[in-house]
Amino acid sequence: MEHVVNAIVQGVLTGGLYAMFAIGLALIFGIMRLVNIAHGDLIVLAAYVALIVTQTLGLNPLLALVIVIPIMAIVGYGLQRGLFNRTIGTDVMPSLLVSFGLSVIIQNGLLILFSADNKRLQAGPLEVASVTLSDTISIGLLPLLQLVLAILVIIGLQFLLYRTAIGRAFRAVSDDPRIAQLMGLNNKHVFALAMALSCAIVALAGVLLAIRANFDPATGPTRLIFGFEAVIIGGLTSFWGTLAGGIILGVVQSVASSFDPGWQILAGHIAFLIVLAVRPNGLFGRVA
Amino acid sequence: MAGLHVGRSSSLTHLAMGGVLALAALLLSAVFWASNDTLRLTTDIFLYIALACLWNFLAGYAGLVSVGQQAYVGLGGYGLFALAAKADVPALYALPLLGFIAALLSVPIAKLLFRLRGAYFTIGSWVVAEVFHLGAILVVPLGGGSGMSLPVRAAQALGRTPHDRFVTTYLTALVLLLSVLIMIFVVLRSRMGLALTAIRDNEAAARSNGVNVDRVKLIVYVAAAAATAMVGALIFIQKLRISPDAGFSVNDWTALIIFMVVIGGIGTFEGPILGALIYFLLRETLATLGPVYLIILGAVAIAVMLIEPRGIWGFVRARWGLQLLPLSFVVGTSASKIEK
Repeated sequence: MEHVVNAIVQGVLTGGLYAMFAIGLALIFGIMRLVNIAHGDLIVLAAYVALIVTQTLGLNPLLALVIVIPIMAIVGYGLQRGLFNRTIGTDVMPSLLVSFGLSVIIQNGLLILFSADNKRLQAGPLEVASVTLSDTISIGLLPLLQLVLAILVIIGLQFLLYRTAIGRAFRAVSDDPRIAQLMGLNNKHVFALAMALSCAIVALAGVLLAIRANFDPATGPTRLIFGFEAVIIGGLTSFWGTLAGGIILGVVQSVASSFDPGWQILAGHIAFLIVLAVRPNGLFGRVA
Repeated sequence: MAGLHVGRSSSLTHLAMGGVLALAALLLSAVFWASNDTLRLTTDIFLYIALACLWNFLAGYAGLVSVGQQAYVGLGGYGLFALAAKADVPALYALPLLGFIAALLSVPIAKLLFRLRGAYFTIGSWVVAEVFHLGAILVVPLGGGSGMSLPVRAAQALGRTPHDRFVTTYLTALVLLLSVLIMIFVVLRSRMGLALTAIRDNEAAARSNGVNVDRVKLIVYVAAAAATAMVGALIFIQKLRISPDAGFSVNDWTALIIFMVVIGGIGTFEGPILGALIYFLLRETLATLGPVYLIILGAVAIAVMLIEPRGIWGFVRARWGLQLLPLSFVVGTSASKIEK
């Protein structure tokens, strides 16, 4: 019984990371109806950027965020202005296919630059630091940090969306891009800022992922899928729902893995499909 | 207004249909004169063209942008190996059976995935493929994560010498490709084809004109699943070995296919065939480039999507008003002009 409780605790903490994968995805879908298939590959790209920064400057990965986050935000802004803005319209096909092509390009580009070897970010004592709660349950400081950061990101986003001018602009282009443009907003710029914000969150998620686990150029698609599952399980209505979705996914994976590691990811997928079958609007979504 | 008529046929389509028949006859005769290498390469081309046409049938016409068709390729491959190894079913008898199994399985999958709209359907289809992939790793009798080989006796049943085996797979692949093309051709010319074209152009408008969109999509999804599984089975007869990573590879069975269709012309009958031929032309000249090659293909596909979303064939058709196969209705005097 104890080991199940432990698995649940660890799953909740991992859920914070999954929620962070999901939030960037949900944000740009909410603002411009864009589903970015390269989202997971951007997470991995951020991890490699962090790898270069930590190796060349000798920085701790968490400090390196000061450099990685702006770099990824600029990448996001550029991608939106250069690629995705040209695909936005009523038809989702162009944006899907363009982001799918981008995903393949990023994966193979990383493969050429860094080979298929596993990499990991070294974060020193933080990697193993933990708080012992009982004989079988101890909470790692790093996983705890993930969950706390996910909550802070959500609070920050809520503040940004509902209390600032740029948040108002995001909501305006989301509600009606044409009217927003008539009111003097430069939609292309607003969309690009949204993608920059999404990629900044991606940078945070990528660095946390890379401290926690090994990564290689092919790691991206699975992260996209985890984020997507968290969004759908959570119900597409609020970031808190997405966090709950991420936590549920994390718990299911962690509990399954405590019985048989081979079932970890598969159990998460199956849980997602069950939610889709039983409650297609997500566990916390309103019934349509 | 003398001489105006509306129809699908023109002198060009008559010529093209004749050309198609002559080409089919030429390809059939290849078993008498082609070398093993040529037969093998041509079989690969047939199978990729079939996959491209099927993906285009899904995405280009029914608007179902799936990135999970590798689920059915792997299912076909694994199904064939399992039937041959565990039940001694001869490979050629197994093919229709596998199509049937895939069709049965795809119905509940479609019911589930159709709850996800538009772009979310796309990622959902990927999740299903990953379930197949991770599931295959857990099936120990089929080799688990390391996969399995086609039993020697099953391979020998296809032909005693390698040449006989290549001839058998070549002919089967050719028949399968022709069946896929004829199926899509007949569907596009039928009442359902009209519904599909309407869905492609504007789903909401199609719905409001009384098209049962969900039913049409379901039929297309199930047909594509069945045919994709049969193509998958043949692909792995060629390879003689299957593993979860190879059978359910998103790069090999979906990414490449999507690039072919996008470059050739999505939503056209001829486009995917053209795209697959271009792919093989490039592959035979640039094969040594490895990952660079995928980057180039991805970049070209993105460029096509941004500059000319209708692809090469869509561009040619709109620019010169050509139509090789009698699919769309055309207003003309007697020439092959399309009103677009």
